[in-house]
Amino acid sequence: MKNLLTGNEAIARGAYEAGCLVACAYPGTPSTEILENVSQYDEIRSEWSTNEKVALEVASGAAIAGARSLVAMKHVGLNVAADPFFTIAYEGINGGLVIITADEPGMHSSQNEQDNRLYALHAKVAMVEPSDSQECKDFTKKAFGISETFDTPVLIRMTTRVCHSKGIVELEEREEASIKEYTKDTSKYIMVPANSKPKHIEMETERIPKLRDYSNTTSLNSIKYNDKKIGIITSGISYHHAREVFGDNASYLKIGFSYPLPDKLIEEFAEEVETLYIIEENEPYIETFVKAMGIDCIGKEAIPICGELSPQIIKESLLKEEENEILKLDLNIPIRPPALCAGCPHRGIFYEVSKYKNKIVSTSDIGCYTLGMAPPLGVGDTCICMGAGVSAGIGFDRVNQMAERDKKVFGFIGDSTFFHSGITGLIDAVYNGTNMVVVILDNRITAMTGHQENPGTGKNIIGQEAPMVDIESMVKTIGIKQENIRVIDPYKLDETKAAVKDAYEANEPFVIITKQPCALIKDVQKKRKDLYCQVDQEKCTKCKTCLRIGCPAISFKDGEVTIDENQCNGCTVCLQVCPFDAIEFNGESR
Amino acid sequence: MAKSILLVGVGGQGTILVSKILSQGLMKGGYDVKMSEIHGMSQRGGSVTTQIKFGDKVYSPSIDKGEADILIAFEKLEAARYLDHLKKNGILIVNDEEIYPMPVSSGLAEYPQGVMKALTDTIDNIKIIQATKIAKELGEPRCHNIIMLGSMVKFLGVKDIDWVEMIKQNLPEKVHKINIGAFKRGQNL
Ligand SMILES: Cc1ncc(C[n+]2csc(CCOP(=O)(O)OP(=O)(O)O)c2C)c(N)n1
Repeated sequence: MKNLLTGNEAIARGAYEAGCLVACAYPGTPSTEILENVSQYDEIRSEWSTNEKVALEVASGAAIAGARSLVAMKHVGLNVAADPFFTIAYEGINGGLVIITADEPGMHSSQNEQDNRLYALHAKVAMVEPSDSQECKDFTKKAFGISETFDTPVLIRMTTRVCHSKGIVELEEREEASIKEYTKDTSKYIMVPANSKPKHIEMETERIPKLRDYSNTTSLNSIKYNDKKIGIITSGISYHHAREVFGDNASYLKIGFSYPLPDKLIEEFAEEVETLYIIEENEPYIETFVKAMGIDCIGKEAIPICGELSPQIIKESLLKEEENEILKLDLNIPIRPPALCAGCPHRGIFYEVSKYKNKIVSTSDIGCYTLGMAPPLGVGDTCICMGAGVSAGIGFDRVNQMAERDKKVFGFIGDSTFFHSGITGLIDAVYNGTNMVVVILDNRITAMTGHQENPGTGKNIIGQEAPMVDIESMVKTIGIKQENIRVIDPYKLDETKAAVKDAYEANEPFVIITKQPCALIKDVQKKRKDLYCQVDQEKCTKCKTCLRIGCPAISFKDGEVTIDENQCNGCTVCLQVCPFDAIEFNGESR
Repeated sequence: MAKSILLVGVGGQGTILVSKILSQGLMKGGYDVKMSEIHGMSQRGGSVTTQIKFGDKVYSPSIDKGEADILIAFEKLEAARYLDHLKKNGILIVNDEEIYPMPVSSGLAEYPQGVMKALTDTIDNIKIIQATKIAKELGEPRCHNIIMLGSMVKFLGVKDIDWVEMIKQNLPEKVHKINIGAFKRGQNL
């Protein structure tokens, strides 16, 4: 049977067909749908983990215990999981262990553009790079086999274009892989120096040479000779871009198994062709290897390191072709940046904090609430990585004190992010005596990545009830004093305002927890379907105060302020800021 | 040569459903198809694009500037924004709908005047569709996307694809009737 699948769906299908039994992940674009799809197969035990390090450790444990296991994450997730990644590489596995990294060339929704192929090289972990959906499925199955044959975890390196492009995939049956026998083997599974030293040597002298032989012979790496004037070495999506540009007018060495790289194949190919191009996205991973072999090639001196590759970029950089003729309009087109949704529960707190804008520094974090930095709210000085909303705030506060800057630090962090890596920061803030405010924005879901359950939502990945971790009691246990905790409804501005004032004036670590579910959660949408606000044009003085809350449902059009009833969910934040009582609430209840 | 279709709109307008129906239909019609939907933060009111390529064999899923055979815009500002992706003699199908981006609704920028006129003056093959208006008339504002679908399928240059069946496969039964009606309205525009 044929089906149209995204790369992510195809990975999930591959895991299913390969007899995978345990799968876990922490969500992150563009990887999220992998686990969402895996979880639809009853045969695979699927879990959202609290973060990527936990996910990889769970999968490692499962693999050692004897089951084929899979873990998926976005590129920056592998930074979080780097610690287990480097050491499970030494230990090897029992049941197959497949680790998926979904990289983001072009940064469609990420904070950096790291090329995780370098992680395979650094940690010496076998790596495959599928180029389309069919290969996503096939390579996943191969990866489990490679893992078990060579006793190594296998990294599958995906990129956004591969994850999120649909292509035709041939489906097959599941092959049941039974759970392997587990035998205690401390020299293999306990990495203390006495065991790690021989393991490292064994890796260098046995496993990697074997993998390199495999790389030279596997069908995952293949040469297609056409015209030999131009030879192209390429991998992943870049292969398809290159094929589109050069067609049969060039020869190709397509690399699907990319760590270790196939030295013999490369040598053979380079000898046959006249000019050798290396076409790869982001870092010169293949190119550096080829050049180190003493082979002449053209790569990053022509093709940009930054951004996503496309056929056009290849044409311009290698063939010096002109840009296509382009239709232009003489119009000033305003940008359409993402914004906090109408009814977003994050709006109220940012609005109240924005009144202190000149008296505070705000260290933000990653999630929908990062958008609080956008005008007109404009709350946010820094955003580095998950967790830094708390911990970068600690550092900022130290220096504010030293420099005698009269600026209080407000850190912002979402519920999912708090569980992921905010807890350790908060402990640090308490332990090291930090006079900062931490605002935990509990919207009862992992919203930014498309609504995944998390330890605070009371549900697991397949929607079953799960124990709910209570943020407030956790904060208390960590050592924030009861009088320094406010749990508020951010739809209620008076309550929110009072909490922000108390927080600003406090001289000890202070926590505000905002509680109101994301407006896009299906049940919330249903419940608030008939609620909306409306402007009374008679009373409206066009002072535009309501525009300062940055709600996309409110606009100033043809000389009137109007509220789009379809978008509005009756959160009433606008009504509460209106100085002239010109906004009315409609609907059953509030 | 593969044909390329670029769909653009604003998060929440239902572009992804249309792309899904289109690509499934094309697959059933025997074509190789690749579709990519890059939907980072789009749910939060940003621009959304999906790219579909089909033909005997498709390699790269990406559509570069000046390359799309058909540009389908669910909102007119987005049509203007992505016009540079349309081929010189390509077709633009645009919904006559205005959705303010955040900087405009908060008074920091202006929605440009005369977008439709500028588009009409620049492109030979343009089709303006009152999808939002017709959808309201039909009593289901959300089916504007299916009206757009109906209005564009004749430009694909493909035959014998049962689009109604594709709509049925992708939507819950209770909305079949209204959406099939919307599709047919679109076809006759
Ligand atoms: C290490 C890492 N993993 C995953 C992501 C992807 N990511 C960005 S924001 C986010 C979750 C945000 O959820 P939450 O903190 O609940 O905030 P919300 O979006 O609901 O406001 C995730 C998973 C990331 N940026 N970094």
